Amino acid sequence: MSEEKVPSPGLRRGYLKEKGFRSWAFTHDHKRIGIMYLIATHLFFLIGGLLAVLLRLKLLTPGPALMSSHAYNVLFTMHGAMMIFLFIIPAIPSSLGNFFIPLLIGARDVAFPRLNLYSLWLFLAGIVVTVASLLNPIDTGWTFYTPYSAKSATAVTALSLGLFLVGMSSILTGLNFIVTIHTMRAHGMTWYRMPLFIWGMYATSVIQVLATPVIGMTFILLVAERIFGVGFFDPAKGGDPLLFQHFFWFYSHPVVYVMILPAMGIISEIIPTFSRKPIFGYKAIAYSALAIAFIGFLVWGHHMFVSGMSTAAAVIFSFLTFFVAVPTGIKIFNWIATLYRGSISLDSPMIWALTFIFLFIIGGLTGLFLGALATDVHVTDTYFLVAHFHYTMMGGTVMGLFAGLHYWFPKMTGRMLNERWAFHAWWLIVAGFNVTFFPMFILGMQGMPRRYAEYPAKYQPLNIVATVGSWVLALGILIMFVNFIRALKSGPPAPDNPWHGLTLEWTVPSPPPVENFEEIPTVTDWPYSYGEKEEPGNDE
Amino acid sequence: MPDPSAFSGAEAALSSGDVDAVFIFILAICGFFFILTQGLLIYFALRYRRKKGEPPAATPYITGNAVLEGVWIVVPSLLLIAIFGYGFAVFVKLRTPLPGAAEVQVTASQFVWNFQYPDGRRSVNELRLPVGKPVKLIMTSTDVIHGLFIPDYRQKMDLLPGRYTYLWLLPKRTGTFDIYCSEYCGTGHSVMRATLIVMPQAEYQAWVQGERQKKPGMQSIAEKGKALFESSGCPGCHSIDGTPKVGPTLKGIFGRTVQLTDGRTITADEEYLRESLEDPNEYVVKGFQPIMPTFKATLKDDDLAAVIAYMKTLQ
Amino acid sequence: MTSDHPKHEGAPVSARLGIWAFLATELLLFGGLFTVYAVYRVVYPDLFQQEHLKLNRLLGTLNTILLLTSSLTMAVGIAAIRQGRQQALKIALTLTLLLSAGFLGIKYLEWSEDFSHGLYPESNLFFGLYFMMTGLHGLHVVLGMLVMGWLLVCARQGRFSAQYSTPVEVTGLYWHFVDLVWIYLFPLLYLVG
Repeated sequence: MSEEKVPSPGLRRGYLKEKGFRSWAFTHDHKRIGIMYLIATHLFFLIGGLLAVLLRLKLLTPGPALMSSHAYNVLFTMHGAMMIFLFIIPAIPSSLGNFFIPLLIGARDVAFPRLNLYSLWLFLAGIVVTVASLLNPIDTGWTFYTPYSAKSATAVTALSLGLFLVGMSSILTGLNFIVTIHTMRAHGMTWYRMPLFIWGMYATSVIQVLATPVIGMTFILLVAERIFGVGFFDPAKGGDPLLFQHFFWFYSHPVVYVMILPAMGIISEIIPTFSRKPIFGYKAIAYSALAIAFIGFLVWGHHMFVSGMSTAAAVIFSFLTFFVAVPTGIKIFNWIATLYRGSISLDSPMIWALTFIFLFIIGGLTGLFLGALATDVHVTDTYFLVAHFHYTMMGGTVMGLFAGLHYWFPKMTGRMLNERWAFHAWWLIVAGFNVTFFPMFILGMQGMPRRYAEYPAKYQPLNIVATVGSWVLALGILIMFVNFIRALKSGPPAPDNPWHGLTLEWTVPSPPPVENFEEIPTVTDWPYSYGEKEEPGNDE
Repeated sequence: MPDPSAFSGAEAALSSGDVDAVFIFILAICGFFFILTQGLLIYFALRYRRKKGEPPAATPYITGNAVLEGVWIVVPSLLLIAIFGYGFAVFVKLRTPLPGAAEVQVTASQFVWNFQYPDGRRSVNELRLPVGKPVKLIMTSTDVIHGLFIPDYRQKMDLLPGRYTYLWLLPKRTGTFDIYCSEYCGTGHSVMRATLIVMPQAEYQAWVQGERQKKPGMQSIAEKGKALFESSGCPGCHSIDGTPKVGPTLKGIFGRTVQLTDGRTITADEEYLRESLEDPNEYVVKGFQPIMPTFKATLKDDDLAAVIAYMKTLQ
Repeated sequence: MTSDHPKHEGAPVSARLGIWAFLATELLLFGGLFTVYAVYRVVYPDLFQQEHLKLNRLLGTLNTILLLTSSLTMAVGIAAIRQGRQQALKIALTLTLLLSAGFLGIKYLEWSEDFSHGLYPESNLFFGLYFMMTGLHGLHVVLGMLVMGWLLVCARQGRFSAQYSTPVEVTGLYWHFVDLVWIYLFPLLYLVG
C-alpha cells in the first residue's frame, strides 16, 4: 500500500509533547482544548450513566422499595440534565469538532484561539456551578416546566445559572466554528470540496448560535420568577405557564439537531473511507444538513400537542414536523447507496457507523408516531417517547460519537485501539442497548407514563428486562473505556493514515504537531475520490 | 394496536379504534421502510465486505443518481403527507365536541384527582360514567401542571392552573379503566392515579340515586352557581332575560359570539367566562364601559365552575 | 497563516464575521424578552396603557439622546483611528464613556424613583418587563463600558493605528447594537400609548 511511517513509541509526541498544568490550562491549541472537552464531557457521560443504572434499579419493582420517590425524581432529573447539557450537546462539537475542523480544512487553528480557551473556561465554570447545585438537587425533570420549577424548593436557580454559563460556552464555540469554516479553508478548498463533517459542523454551529440564546433567556426568566417574583409564567399574576414551554422548546428542539448533525457528519466520513467508494450524493447530504437545521427551528410545538395548545397550532406543527423526515431520509438512503458495490472493511469505526445507521433508522421511524397527531396523544409522555429519544440520542448521536472516537483515536493519540476488545465492547453495547430500550416502546404503547417512580404492577416484567439490559450496556461501555485507556498506555503506535483516508487530517503525523501542517496544503479535489480515480499510494 | 396484548377488536371509547387504525397504518409504512433499509444495509455490508488484510477490490466511481435520488425524495414525501393527513383527521375526531355531553368538572391537585358531577356529587380518584353517553371533562389544576391520561381511550390532555382544558369522551364498553397523571408534577406524580368505572346505564342510574340519598339537600353545580350569582351582586348589572343594563345581558351568553371594544370577535366559552370574572377588563363588550369589578379573590375555582355552569343554563 | 482576504481599511473579515455572529446571538437573546413583551401587550393592553404612564418620559428621552450621542462619538473615534489620529480616538472614547456613565446615572435615578413609588419587578407584568428589559440592556451598557475602558488603556499605550484598529471597530459595532436595542426599548416601554 502507501508508505506508512511508523514512529517510535511513546505518547508524548507532537502537540502532546509539552508537559505541565500551565501548558494545558492556558493553551491556545485547538487540539488540547478538544482533548480537555473530551475528558470533561465523557466524565459526565459516565456519571450520567451511573445515575441511569441506579434509577433502573429502582424500576425493578413497581412499589416504593429501594429509594423514595423524591430520590428517584432527583435521579432522572440529574440524569437528563447532565447527559443533555454536559455531555451530548458539547461532546462531538467541542471535542472532535475542535480537534478536527482545522485539520480537515487545512488550517493551523480555529479563527479565534483565545476565545476557544475562554469558552472552555466558561464550560468548566458552568460545570462547577451545576455540580454545586447537587447540594440541593433538583427534581423538576430536565424540562423544568413551570409552575413546578418556579415553586420547587430545590436548587433550580443555581442549576439554571450553571447551565447558562455552559450555554454561553457553546454559543462562543459555534461562533468560532462558523468564522473558521468561512475564512480559514486552505487554498483550493471550495465549499463543495469540504468534507461532509465540516458541512455538518457548520449547520450545527448555526443552530448553536441562533438557538442557545433563547434557552439563556428562558433560564433568566425562570430565575427572575424565583428571585424577584416576576409573574411571566404564573397564572396567579396573569402569566402563562405555556409561555415557558414555548420558550423552552424553541431551543430544545433545534438542539436535538445540534446533537445529531455532527454524528451524521462523522458517518459521512467513515462510510466512504471504509467502503473505498465516493460518498453517494455529496450535495444532497450537504444541503440536507442545512435543511434539517432550518426546518428544525419551525417544529418546536410538536412537544406540546397535549399541553393545552390550540388545535390549529398543533396541526401546523405536525405538518412541519414531517418535513424534517425528508432530508433525514436522504442521508440514510445515500449512506446505504455508498455501500453498494463498495469494498467494505469492517474495522471498528465502520461497525459503529453501520450500527449508528441501524439504530437511528429505528429512532427516526418511531418519530413518525410522535409527529402524527392522533397517535401522539396516546404515546407522548409515556415510555414510547423515552424509547424514541434514546434510540435517536444514544443509538444515534452516542454511537456516532463512538464511531468518531474509534476512527480518530489513532490520530489524536498516536496509538491504535485493540480491535478484539472493541468488538466485544460493541456487541455488548448493542445488545444491552436494545434489550434496555426496545421494551420501552411496548411499555409506552401499553400506557406506562414516563417519570414514574412507582408504576402499576402489570408493567413489571418488561421493566425487569430493561434493567437487566442496562447492566449489559454498562458492562459494554466499561470495556470500551478500558480499551481506550489500555491503548493510551500501551497500544501499538499508529501510522499517519491507518484507514487510508483522503481527508487532510491523514496527511499529518499521528499525533499531529502543534502547528498541524508543515506547509498549508493546496487542495485540488474533493476528499472522496476513492475507487477508480484513486491512485495507489496517493493520500491526497 | 397500542397494547399488543390487549387488542380486543372493540374500541373502549369513541375514536380509540380510529387511533389504533392510524397506528397500524404508520406501522405498516415503517415496517416497509425498515425492511428495505435495514435489509439493504446488512446485505450490502456483508455482500461487499473484504477480509482483514485483503487489499481493496476495485470499486465503481458512483457519485450519485438523479433518478434514484428523486424517487427517494418524492415517494417518502407523499407517504409522509398521507401519515400527517390521517393523523390530523383522527385528531380532529378526538377533539370534536360531542353534542349533549354531560359535564364533569375535573380538578387536579398535587397529588389527587377531584371529580364533580353536574348534580353536585363529588368523588376523589374515581370517575363513574354510564356507557354510551357523551361526557365533557372540564379540567383545571390548583397548583402545577398535571396530565389526565386514559390509556384505553387513547386520550390525554394536560391540566393547567388558571385555565380550562377539555376532553370529550364517549365510553362504549363497560369496565374498569386506568387514569394516570401524565405530566410530571412532583414527588407524588407516579401515585397520582384514578379509576374510571363505566357502568351499564340502568346500573349507573341506580348508583346515582343511591349516592344522592346519602347526601340529601345536595345542590347541583348549577344551583350552587345560581346562589353565588345572586349573592355576589351580579344581577345588579347583568339581566338574565335579555334587557341590557349597565352590563350586557347574560341570556344565551354561553356559546354566543361576542364583539369586543377593541374590534375582536370572540366566542363566549368557559375560558371567556372565567377570564371575565377574574380579569373583566381584558374582554370588554362593545358598547359597554370597563367598570366590572374582579371576582378573583372572592370566587375560588369551584365557585367559578359553578357560576359558569349556571350561566350555561340561561338560554 | 490564514486564508484571509487582503485587509481593507478596518477589521479583517474574520473579526467582522465574528462580531456579526455574536450580535445575532444578542438579537435572539433580547428577542426573547421582546417576545414576552409582545405576548403580554396583546393580552393586557389596558395594563400596559395604564402602567407605562408611570415612567418618567423626560428622563427616558434624555437617556435616548445621551446614548445616540455616544454612538456618534464612537463612530467619530473609529473614523479617526482609521486615519491614524490617535489623540482624536482617545478623546472620542473618553466622551463615549462619559455619555454612557450619564446614561447609567439617569437609569439609577429612574429606578430609585420607581422603587420609592413602590414599583418593583413583582408589582405587575408591565413593570416586571420594564425592569428586566432595561436591566439586561443596562448590563450590556456596563459591559460595553468595561471594554471601552480597556480600549482607552490600549489607546494610551499607542496600540492602535491606521493599520490596526480591529478591537475598536468590533467594539463600535457592539455599541451600535446596544444603542439600537434602546431605540426599540424606549418607544415600546415609554411611549406605548
